[in-house]
Amino acid sequence: MPSSTAVEIAKAVQSGARSAVDVVSERLAAIEKIDGRLGAFLGVDRNAALAEAREADRRVKEGERLPLAGVPVAIKDNLCCVGYACTCGSRMLETWRPPYDATVVARLKAAGAVVIGKTNLDEFAMGSSCENSAYKPTRNPWDLARTPGGSSGGSAAAVAAALAPLALGSDTGGSIRQPAAFSGVVGFKPTYGRVSRYGLVAFASSLDQIGPFARTVEDAALCTRIIAGRDERDATSADQPLDDLVAELKTPVRGLTIGLPDEYFGDAVDDDVKAAVTSAAKALEKAGVQSVRVKLPHTPYAIPVYYIVATAEASSNLARFDGVHYGRRAKGAADVGALFAESRREGFGAEVRRRILLGTYCLSSGYYDAYYDRALRVRSLIARDFSLAFGQCDAVLCPVTPTPAFKIGEKSDDPLKMYLSDVLTGACNLAGLPGLTVPCGFATRDGAKLPVGAQLIGPRWSESLLFRLGRAIEASAGVVDVASPLAEEVR
Amino acid sequence: MPRLHGPAERPETRGEPMIDRKEVEHVARLARIAVPAEELDRLAGQLAAIVRYVESIQGLKLDNVAPLSHGGDASDVFRADEPRPGLSREDALKGAPDRTDDHFRVPRVLAEPT
Repeated sequence: MPSSTAVEIAKAVQSGARSAVDVVSERLAAIEKIDGRLGAFLGVDRNAALAEAREADRRVKEGERLPLAGVPVAIKDNLCCVGYACTCGSRMLETWRPPYDATVVARLKAAGAVVIGKTNLDEFAMGSSCENSAYKPTRNPWDLARTPGGSSGGSAAAVAAALAPLALGSDTGGSIRQPAAFSGVVGFKPTYGRVSRYGLVAFASSLDQIGPFARTVEDAALCTRIIAGRDERDATSADQPLDDLVAELKTPVRGLTIGLPDEYFGDAVDDDVKAAVTSAAKALEKAGVQSVRVKLPHTPYAIPVYYIVATAEASSNLARFDGVHYGRRAKGAADVGALFAESRREGFGAEVRRRILLGTYCLSSGYYDAYYDRALRVRSLIARDFSLAFGQCDAVLCPVTPTPAFKIGEKSDDPLKMYLSDVLTGACNLAGLPGLTVPCGFATRDGAKLPVGAQLIGPRWSESLLFRLGRAIEASAGVVDVASPLAEEVR
Repeated sequence: MPRLHGPAERPETRGEPMIDRKEVEHVARLARIAVPAEELDRLAGQLAAIVRYVESIQGLKLDNVAPLSHGGDASDVFRADEPRPGLSREDALKGAPDRTDDHFRVPRVLAEPT
């Protein structure tokens, strides 16, 4: 039997059946018990978490209605959270303590949630396996020899191992959806502009979006509703109406149409992954959802375009780490130029340096037109593919990843091989669309039972629709009732 | 040096890696990252492999396609121009690797006149 969901915890704490302190103490004990093997967390502050829990209990006692009363949340360590270091998985920011909370963190706290710790990630969110963290790899709760995916691997693993019912991640090219699929949990990347990124350490600003990990679609919908909405501190956050995402889950999906894109079911995708996603489509058909085949012909260009656009933007965003205002500073630099160059050499790991150099190359004089400008034009074609497909269907259903979770070390020597694990997730960010991962089955590798995820991609602002479809898949797949082996130890 | 690619050119016939150690040194200078000499060749090889891979976009006809710089609504956003409390000077300086009174301290920027 799986551990309590966020909705169950909030109900129990709100009604006085349980205290937030009790809930949080129990999860802290679970972290103590298994995180040495899992490596999901970079920072846990027991006293701070218990103080926040006492505050939630006090507010409930005073009659406040808190939608996340006493719910422990794990926060990816590229989101600012007062009282915690915000390392971004990098030596560059090893000791940096942000002076403010990210808007998403502030909104969760206002809703009664309790920050239980900061989670591991690939350095500055650059990676697909959590092996690029400067501190440690995170392991997959279904098989400790495998990665939980990345870059938000710590958040995915924390939820999959029942160390927290909810977690936040960020998704630039699949960094929420891919680890959710590898770890057998729900993960959601909202529409670009739906959630404020104030307090998120920027990687690629035209692609980054913050979203939740949860064990159930309902919890993910609840968390999204709380963190979403216009924030004047992020000029790209939109003032868009948002349904009551939880109440809307009750609206039947009958009569909707999903599109199955041919390009996402090609030879590169393992047969049992395809079969699990096809079974999700069949389950939707039983619920009265029609399915049609659609074409997204520019899909093969998504990764090339993504790695030009994302690295170009990263080379600009990461220019701020220069050893002057905060973060690591190299000792003994003779002049300010050497201070920049040496601080950046010491502070950044190999993958971050590689991406900054690639982005700088693509933007440099003589190459800008051939790479960056062309990539932005192909990006238009990728976005147009989706617009045309949404003329035939309400949302697209496809695999999240070509394979289930791969082994630690399997791809870490070959950057390009690692980049290709984003092949089914990057287009969604390029087009600014919302994307939802829902566990839909299992595949066996070397005797290990590994989760497989289905991906739903919809038009901009179609959050509510995706959660309804996701809920229908969840209801039929039965994966939600199966806990990972590590979660079994601490439930 | 600009490289122009005709739309008919097939990426797989484009041949050798286009990034050598000199190119890496140049880009590293632009990016203000010191790269140790012994890493230059390996980085050149890795970057060349990635660039060869992304070359596939060179084969598309894009003359009539507009660039898309982000997936959001493109518009400028302004807030009211009113003074409001911000980060205190002390909070802003808290993360400074080196400071003097109320300032960030850095090594010399300009050389002494000779």
